[in-house]
Amino acid sequence: MKYTKLNLSLIALAICLLVGANSCKPKNEGNAVTGDAAAKAYVPPGKYDEFYNFVSGGFSGQLSVYGLPSGRLLRVIPVFSVDPEKGYGYSEETKPMLNTSHGFVPWDDLHHTELSQTNGEIDGRWLFVNANNTPRVARLDLKTFRTAEIIELPNSAGNHSSPFITENTEYVVAGTRFSVPPDNANGDVPINSYRKNFKGSISFIKVDKNTGNMDIAFQLRCPGVDFDLSHAGKGKSNGWFFFSCYNTEQANTLLEVNASQRDKDFIMAVNWKKAEEYLKQGKGKKETVKYVHNLYDEKTHTASSETKTEVTVLDTKDLKDICYFIPCPKSPHGCDVDPTGEYIVGSGKLAALIPVFSFDKVMKAIADKDYIGDYDGIPVIKYESALYGEVKKPGLGPLHTEFDGKGNAITTMFVSSEIVKWNIKDLKVIDRQPTYYSPGHLCIPGGDTKKPNSKYVIVYNKITKDRYLPTGPELAQAAQIFDITGDKMQLILDFPTIGEPHYAQAVSADLIKNNSVKFFKLEDNLNPYVSKGEAETKVVRKDKRVDIYITAIRSHFAPDNIEGIKMGDEVYWHVTNLEQDWDVPHGFAIKGALNGELLVMPGETQTLKWSPEKPGMYPFYCTDFCSALHQEMQGYVRVSPAGSNTPLLFSTGKNLPPKDSTSINP
Amino acid sequence: MKKYQSCLAIVLIAAMMACHQTPDKSNESSAVTTAPSGGQENVSDSLSEKDIVKVAVSSKDHTTLVAALKQADLVTALSNAGPFTVFAPTNAAFDKLPAGTVAGLMKDDKKDDLRNVLQYHVALGVLKPESFKDGQVLGMVNGDNLTVNVKDGKISLNNSAHVINSVPTSNGIIYVIDAVLLPPNK
Repeated sequence: MKYTKLNLSLIALAICLLVGANSCKPKNEGNAVTGDAAAKAYVPPGKYDEFYNFVSGGFSGQLSVYGLPSGRLLRVIPVFSVDPEKGYGYSEETKPMLNTSHGFVPWDDLHHTELSQTNGEIDGRWLFVNANNTPRVARLDLKTFRTAEIIELPNSAGNHSSPFITENTEYVVAGTRFSVPPDNANGDVPINSYRKNFKGSISFIKVDKNTGNMDIAFQLRCPGVDFDLSHAGKGKSNGWFFFSCYNTEQANTLLEVNASQRDKDFIMAVNWKKAEEYLKQGKGKKETVKYVHNLYDEKTHTASSETKTEVTVLDTKDLKDICYFIPCPKSPHGCDVDPTGEYIVGSGKLAALIPVFSFDKVMKAIADKDYIGDYDGIPVIKYESALYGEVKKPGLGPLHTEFDGKGNAITTMFVSSEIVKWNIKDLKVIDRQPTYYSPGHLCIPGGDTKKPNSKYVIVYNKITKDRYLPTGPELAQAAQIFDITGDKMQLILDFPTIGEPHYAQAVSADLIKNNSVKFFKLEDNLNPYVSKGEAETKVVRKDKRVDIYITAIRSHFAPDNIEGIKMGDEVYWHVTNLEQDWDVPHGFAIKGALNGELLVMPGETQTLKWSPEKPGMYPFYCTDFCSALHQEMQGYVRVSPAGSNTPLLFSTGKNLPPKDSTSINP
Repeated sequence: MKKYQSCLAIVLIAAMMACHQTPDKSNESSAVTTAPSGGQENVSDSLSEKDIVKVAVSSKDHTTLVAALKQADLVTALSNAGPFTVFAPTNAAFDKLPAGTVAGLMKDDKKDDLRNVLQYHVALGVLKPESFKDGQVLGMVNGDNLTVNVKDGKISLNNSAHVINSVPTSNGIIYVIDAVLLPPNK
């Protein structure tokens, strides 16, 4: 009966440990932030935050902008999903932004953010973001905080390793997470013919250095694997790009098991300058494809779509010296390059260590042809020959790394739910702090550039459970800010986010705030349907199409009485906001409209299409509280049966009751 | 009974020491070497399906394992999202080890060794019984590999531990095994 006794004592041990541990711990230690945390996160009312934080909105398809360190939500910028609040994707002017080769796509999954750079430093001009589902890359203009451009990617699916950029924003890249048969091949093949028919594709999108306009320069045709994340080389490694890859098993089902078989997957090193040379030499093959490029014209306040039909493809199997595989343990996820450009950190999410590769050693291994073989025609460099060293037992489930510019890296550990700070040179862990719960990405302002501004690290958690008041089955994800100016990383604040935050970037507000547009100049408005004053307002009928040129100013619409609309008409409300004053948008909504509202900025013209469903009286009004007489900012439109002879009339302040009309007032 | 009391005393001392290692009070050395505490194991939720830790805690045959997980600071990780495949040796399995082995590993200065052994029992991902193949190699959380043996429908590991049964949990699957898995010597 020795066994029973031992068993009993072990039960006691377990109970004691449980009781002992709980008795000395607060219920949730994350609440027990240290004394000066509140002061560090406090930004007094009326004062600006020090940083902008651009946070991906995940499955909301949008991008959110927060102030740091306060965690104030400043703005949600619609990008890949319609936003009825702002009329984005509902107004005639913005609808083309969401056009794709599949038609109008009203939703996507926005994962990563990348601020434009000059000489490897954030320049505050644009923000690039990716659509994961229907592969696209968008450029946001940081003067207007609006989506300026969206380009679709052919030969692609699951655009995940995107939209990372080279150090002078020469290129934005986009790599396929889901390899697929190329667009010009027959995709109607058995799924289990993956190894034969499926290809990976990496797009290099050229960015015009003046306008920011994007154009696919070339695509790399790669082996069919899952490309996960990427970062460009910088400084000494400028000219190279690094992509993490998993599923080198090339599994097409139950990847949870079948894509976790190999001890090592790869980081793919891409010599993009070499690819440029091949392109110049005409080594690329033009392929017939179909993709859509959407551009928002600031002068007309109108987006337009162009369908493109050709892309140049460089085959990395035939064209040597573009791609090299570096073995990397266990399904690498994050692929991050330190500020010097020498160290490449691969985070194998199933690995018990973090490998750090040396750019110099990779170059030497390539020069010496120090290969262990090839994978689908691409040389595989010997692991030890590329390796600088390994961070041993850093925690469980390393995902992403950012850099503090002081020789340290901070890595999120999803499985053990913590962030771990380690020194890049000696690979020793310096500090670790729990996060609540299960962190994905993290962000240090400038943390993936040559010049990090390492005051804070912000961690984006996937799970919140008991962190905030419960809101039913669905809970917000969370961001947590740590002060990293001291020896220990100190949690100072957490706040809920919109959608699911993946990658985020932050930048000193000084670089952005002074360029922010306050309103659009009416005199520069080139929208074909603009009314630059009430005198220019009109209602024009052409057969069944009626164009209403209408203006909004505090506190009325012109015209605000319209008659003569008939059933079967297609009515376009072209609303121009005549204000030339900061923060005075006017909204426009009409009863029964089968779309959203318009939210029109000062000096801007936006158009709502409306087809009345039945004859009757339809009020319209301003939705954005604009003045003390905002509630008076309303109008009526009369809809008559088809074929009626109601004359077309429109006016403001003139359509008064006849003298003999009855009134409840004397 | 004497044994019980001495154990209790040790445990209380250990628990008091643990208090001094919570992150907020941490001094220079402990924060680096101590895994974070205060994860999802502290979430108050009696309705959701039980996670690996809660299932293990409720099993009278796994008290040694639970105590060891606590000592190795692995409770937080195994209470989080995972998903995990955990090979869970019974108390009897621990009893089969040479005398003094468990007590030795439970000492504070052997925490790394204990953690290494326990992490050799954990793989990321939910590996269903029917997915195991004879000769299959699993990469375990401690970085070492484990070989699966399937003979006549019966699953064993490294030709030593036998799978007795499997228990699905909210964040993975537990396989109850009859022997402790020892990481390969290096």
